Amino acid sequence: MTQLVGQELATGTTAPTTPTDEEQRRAGQWRDIWHLFTRNRLAIVGLVLVAVLFLTAALAPLLTSYDPYDQDLTNTLAPPSGDHLLGTDPLGRDQLSRIVFGSRIAVIVGLASILLSTVIGVIFGAMAGYLGRGWDTVIMRVADVFFAFPLLIGAIVIILMLGRGVLPVILSLAIFSWATVARLLRSSILSTREADYVMAARALGGTGWRLVTRHILPNSFAPVLVFATFNVGVAVVAEASLSFLGVGVKADVPEWGNMIAVGRGYVGTSDYLWLFPSIAVVLTVLGFVFVGDGLRDALDPKLR
Amino acid sequence: MVTFIIRRVIQMVIVLLGATFVLFACLFVLPGDPIASLAGSERARDPAVAAELRQRYNLDDPLLVQYGAFVWNFAHGDLGEDYAQRRPVNEILGPKVVNSAKLAGVAILIDVALGIFAGIIAAVLRYSFWDVFITLLTTIAIGFPVFVIGLLLQQTFALQFGVLPLFGMNDGIKSYILPATTIALVDAALVARLMRGTLLEVLRADYVRTAIAKGLPRRTVLSRHAMRNAVIPVLTYLGISFGGFLSGALITEAIFNWDGIGLALVVAIQQQNNPIIVGIVAYSVVIFVVINLIVDLAYAALDPRIRLS
Repeated sequence: MTQLVGQELATGTTAPTTPTDEEQRRAGQWRDIWHLFTRNRLAIVGLVLVAVLFLTAALAPLLTSYDPYDQDLTNTLAPPSGDHLLGTDPLGRDQLSRIVFGSRIAVIVGLASILLSTVIGVIFGAMAGYLGRGWDTVIMRVADVFFAFPLLIGAIVIILMLGRGVLPVILSLAIFSWATVARLLRSSILSTREADYVMAARALGGTGWRLVTRHILPNSFAPVLVFATFNVGVAVVAEASLSFLGVGVKADVPEWGNMIAVGRGYVGTSDYLWLFPSIAVVLTVLGFVFVGDGLRDALDPKLR
Repeated sequence: MVTFIIRRVIQMVIVLLGATFVLFACLFVLPGDPIASLAGSERARDPAVAAELRQRYNLDDPLLVQYGAFVWNFAHGDLGEDYAQRRPVNEILGPKVVNSAKLAGVAILIDVALGIFAGIIAAVLRYSFWDVFITLLTTIAIGFPVFVIGLLLQQTFALQFGVLPLFGMNDGIKSYILPATTIALVDAALVARLMRGTLLEVLRADYVRTAIAKGLPRRTVLSRHAMRNAVIPVLTYLGISFGGFLSGALITEAIFNWDGIGLALVVAIQQQNNPIIVGIVAYSVVIFVVINLIVDLAYAALDPRIRLS
């Protein structure tokens, strides 16, 4: 964001003098970011994919004509047809409904786990980066401990403790991904706190909390935001992987990993069982990756 | 360099102690009674037998005592006895570790070879058809979860074309191809992107221009001057990505019925066989941390600037 302000000044936008100008400048900043973002065609594709995902999750009951839990044992393993657009599973449940309702789990787990890990990571990363010394050492060692677990393997350990379900999955993913956020923010803060404008704010009498919240955090936040966006995709994959392995959400819940796990037994005979939920996962992940790519380019040209 | 190594090794030991403690604390408060899920659970319902079993596995000791005993034994390479077969965990996991390591080895070879090759092509032929093609392919590949790739490969090469085994590990080198590719593919895409980026950056450096200016053939400039420096970030990345590798191997082994520690973990979870779970997770953490240490040291050896800071 620093670069953007610099860019603006360089291209001759007037410097702020009054509060109204300040507001205008802010709006201009967001317009610039939006402009840079939309210049990236893949980012637009990503935005559309993410929007479709959110709409699907929000409007799930309106988009489907079958209950995702309703079994029809007289019509199992039906291939895609006019009645069941994406066929039925081994218990005769409508595949389309299950995929549509599965988007809810993806959205909830993806957003909640990343929100949680970002909040934890930002708090600890800011403490380590700003307080330095002993705090830094202790916090970063603790982060190292959590970093030492491969994501899925760590998550499985937590789920073994808490039991299967949506909440344990969210918690387990957050517990093993905050460390990266903390590291990112810490190193970003270490470089911004030496910047001239922070020195200037300090020289003007700015202290502790205000320095952190007004000057250091806003300028260190771009990498964290980009990372968080990418990581929603990672969380969606991790959540589906856990369910695929039988340690995610409960087995009868309409969820993509569960569906693919069922379809695994029908590879080569009823491929639509795993193919369609797989497409849903892939499009979701790509959506967040593309948006993350676009955000990175728009927020910080240096990161490109 | 020596102080650097010592400092990093001490750090590593602290991390390992912390990680094993987290693991142990989690499994200690696990709901459910592991004794109840022991083999021969009919007999285990007899309180006297159950008490004897609890004694045998030290389940009645306080957390810290159990943890201390675990660390002591683990440091001596002893992971205790499992609940299902009552055999030493090491004896059970030994051959499985070998199987997993073989698969991982092939996977890393595919990963590095494919990733670096594609990255070099894309960077050297920048903006050509191949560059666009590789960049697009690697961008899309990132969205593919391991289990989707595994099922796609099974469907295509084992069932559609019937050229490779569907699962198992009894067909020699042929049985390695699909699972190893499954683990490696997404990571290879990331390696290719990283390789392209760093190589493009290095190709703009002054020393490369000098090398070109003094009339060295392009091939020599690339292999002697550019690649040496461009490969360092890729090396670091491989260390970090190893965790993803372990997670990927877990799913891949389950899909391809590969008799390694990944499959063993999935089975142990179903049986609540804690000693096996603890053993496998502890091994993964140790391997992950040690590999990162090696990468750090290699990095410091290759790039003198790191040691100084």
